[in-house]
Amino acid sequence: MRRGLVPGLLTLAFLVSFVGLALVALLSADTGMPSPSGAFGGRFDVTVWRSLRFTLLQAGLSTLLSVLLALPVAHALARRPHFLGRLWLVRLMALPLGLPALVAALGLLGIWGRQGVVNHALAALGLSEPISIYGLSGILIAHVFFNMPLAARLFLSGLERIPGEHWRIAANLGMGSLSLWRLVEWPVLRGLLPGVAGLIFMLCATSFTLVLTLGGGPAATTLEVAIYQALRFDFDPVRAMALSALQIGVTLGLLLALRLAAPAPEEATTLGRASRRFDGKSLAPRMIDVVILGLAAVFVAAPLAAVAASGLAARPLRLLSEPAFQQALATSLAIAAASALICVALSTCLVTARLSALSMRRRSLPARLIAGASDGAGSLVLLVPPVVLGAGWFLLLRGFGAIGHFAPIIVILINALMALPFATRILSPAIATHHARTGRLAESLGLAGWNRLRRIDLPCLARPLLMALSFAAALSLGDLGAVALFGSQDLVTLPYLLFSRLGSYRIQDADALALLLGLVCLALTMAGTPGRGHRAEREGRPI
Amino acid sequence: MTFNRYFLSLLSAGALAFTALSVRAEDKQLTVYTYESFTSEWGPGPKIAALFEKSCGCKVNYVSVADGVELLTRLRLEGASSKADVVVGLDTNLVTEAKATGFFAPHGVDTGALDVPGGFKDDSFLPYDYGHFAFVYDTQTIKTPPKSLKELVDGPAKDKIVIEDPRTSTPGLGLLLWVKAIYGDQAGAAWAKLKDRILTVTPGWSEAYGLFTKGEVPMVLSYTTSPAYHMVAENNDRYQAAEFSEGHYIQIEVAGMTKSARDPALAKSFLAMLAGPQAQGILPTTNWMMPVGKPAEPLPAAFDKLVKPAKTLLIPSDEVAANRRAWIEEWLAAMSRN
Repeated sequence: MRRGLVPGLLTLAFLVSFVGLALVALLSADTGMPSPSGAFGGRFDVTVWRSLRFTLLQAGLSTLLSVLLALPVAHALARRPHFLGRLWLVRLMALPLGLPALVAALGLLGIWGRQGVVNHALAALGLSEPISIYGLSGILIAHVFFNMPLAARLFLSGLERIPGEHWRIAANLGMGSLSLWRLVEWPVLRGLLPGVAGLIFMLCATSFTLVLTLGGGPAATTLEVAIYQALRFDFDPVRAMALSALQIGVTLGLLLALRLAAPAPEEATTLGRASRRFDGKSLAPRMIDVVILGLAAVFVAAPLAAVAASGLAARPLRLLSEPAFQQALATSLAIAAASALICVALSTCLVTARLSALSMRRRSLPARLIAGASDGAGSLVLLVPPVVLGAGWFLLLRGFGAIGHFAPIIVILINALMALPFATRILSPAIATHHARTGRLAESLGLAGWNRLRRIDLPCLARPLLMALSFAAALSLGDLGAVALFGSQDLVTLPYLLFSRLGSYRIQDADALALLLGLVCLALTMAGTPGRGHRAEREGRPI
Repeated sequence: MTFNRYFLSLLSAGALAFTALSVRAEDKQLTVYTYESFTSEWGPGPKIAALFEKSCGCKVNYVSVADGVELLTRLRLEGASSKADVVVGLDTNLVTEAKATGFFAPHGVDTGALDVPGGFKDDSFLPYDYGHFAFVYDTQTIKTPPKSLKELVDGPAKDKIVIEDPRTSTPGLGLLLWVKAIYGDQAGAAWAKLKDRILTVTPGWSEAYGLFTKGEVPMVLSYTTSPAYHMVAENNDRYQAAEFSEGHYIQIEVAGMTKSARDPALAKSFLAMLAGPQAQGILPTTNWMMPVGKPAEPLPAAFDKLVKPAKTLLIPSDEVAANRRAWIEEWLAAMSRN
């Protein structure tokens, strides 16, 4: 088992040096003038504390809402494994992730905005003044739109891993839905909760475009805005670092508290039969599930439909033949594919290291440290703003030749690291369950190394691996942050092209590009969530 | 750490491969740093490069970043290792900070024939186009636009506008300075009043203009030249700029050559060409800004219909650099008040 530690430790070393080197480079940057805010980036003034307070407030509420709403959705999806359109609903849940924030914001405003569907309906009902979502409510709607589906997907994967034996025993005992929830489902979900909530909290805490655009004014400002301002407008790396440190410190503290509050559960052993549920067959639970899934589907699909509608109206097909589009598509796909592969490889190493460390007979301090570090490293990266990482690496590499030539590599790595927390959340529980279920079998068969990987690991982990790959790729596809700093003519991605068209008044093109970008993401989620094509699986036989 | 060294050497090997692929053997090259919309397909970049390459016997290489502010950040990050010969796309508000980097050499171009409202002149930075900030409105929704900034500030809170954030965008900073130029010490109070009309504050121009053209809000902070795009490229006169009687704040875009320029004479001739009649004729309908010199061919008729501010407002770059932080704090305080 100790062998599993080496790749994990190397990954950790890589992550720490990748982030650390960038920070050191930025801190020791000779900017040709003293820091405008003085040593240590100046005191944190009232604005900083106000942004910190708002960051925590909106991120906390967004997380709470996303998780609370995702629980019933995941529950209903898990209880109804067969219905028409289920596969597409599950795929739909992975879509928002791949959209640039601005595209999603415009889609959301098509529904919830002053001229949106909701307000038109209200006006038809005789309401004179439109309801306004600008402010905290708009931020919450947007963050739930992005993160509720994500949480639901992660919860659903957890529920689908519940051993078939549990359902059979529960059915034999005649458990009602309440007991099922309490004894079978909730323990699984509770184990996932800290990881999922932590991820969403970090995503919301570092949210930038959505918070500013829907926030209604600077009273709604996250620390990320202040970091961006410090680095970009004031070129004050020291202050940017001080603010980043504040953001990382506070968020890590919260995540740690969350983790301590809810320890991970033990894995149950199983024969690995495909699970089949026997509950929820009567009318009332059916109705409840239909309502829940219907609402969730409309909530997620409506803004996407708004994006699609304005895209279709903008004659998207004409863009397909444009060399600029084809090149951006190729660039985006290449970057997404490379960063997804790197991301999944790194997070597999981290997850394996964590499991190895935890499974050591004596859980020594180093072992526990390794487990904790592997767990935290993935998250940490999300808290270091890409603009800080980008700027740091810029400084490091400027002596090695034209920066433009390094840009693709750095952008791929930054994207890979940003997707790491997602991939880890998907892979960690899946690999833990897999090890618990197949560890003994593999040992008794004497399978190890490549044979074990080929015969046991890859077939069983194909689904979570595909899901992690597609999530990482979608995330990289929708990312603008890392590219923006390096962006040169050689590195135009689809979101970059979209913003470029928008920036030169070509709103129609931007609408069409948003649709095309959405379609590429859809293709990715289709690859990441394949239908139940496998015959053995369909028939419920062990695979 | 050997691991890092290994990683770095891997990176540089990759970079070498890239370099080998992308650099063609040309005798003379001119590297121009600029912002993205300048080099985009419909931007002025391709035409201007073609124009210059006709006479210089050289190849123009563009390196583009997101916007003017990013341009300065990029130069500071690159420091002495920068490959830039010419930098196109800083604006007057960035001039003081750009000078402080010490990267720029005097351009030496004769600016006698140039006509920039507000009379901007600088040894290092050559103006090449300009635009006045303005509130652009949808004529289908707004029948009587405000006639002054004061009318806008005092107007009804239910008629919403969208503006950009001065912490993250140049138009946002432009409006901040516009209000400052007119209200002076009372700027904070004016913002507190205007706050109720502001639907939202976006991080950049694109988000704000997107909200506007989607019909979410009938008035947006943009440029007097924005309607020209809709009239010329879309044959649509629905969107117009409101003329304010106090005058309009100006954004002047400037270019400069670096001290490290490999061929200073070549860099200088690029700058001279940029301010010359050919390029000045290209810029208005590609960059959608006003020319600083007489264009070779007359501008499309739509440009005659644009608002021509009776008065141009411009706070000197040094003053902006010295006060920007304090003024943004003032803005934040006024806008965050409940």
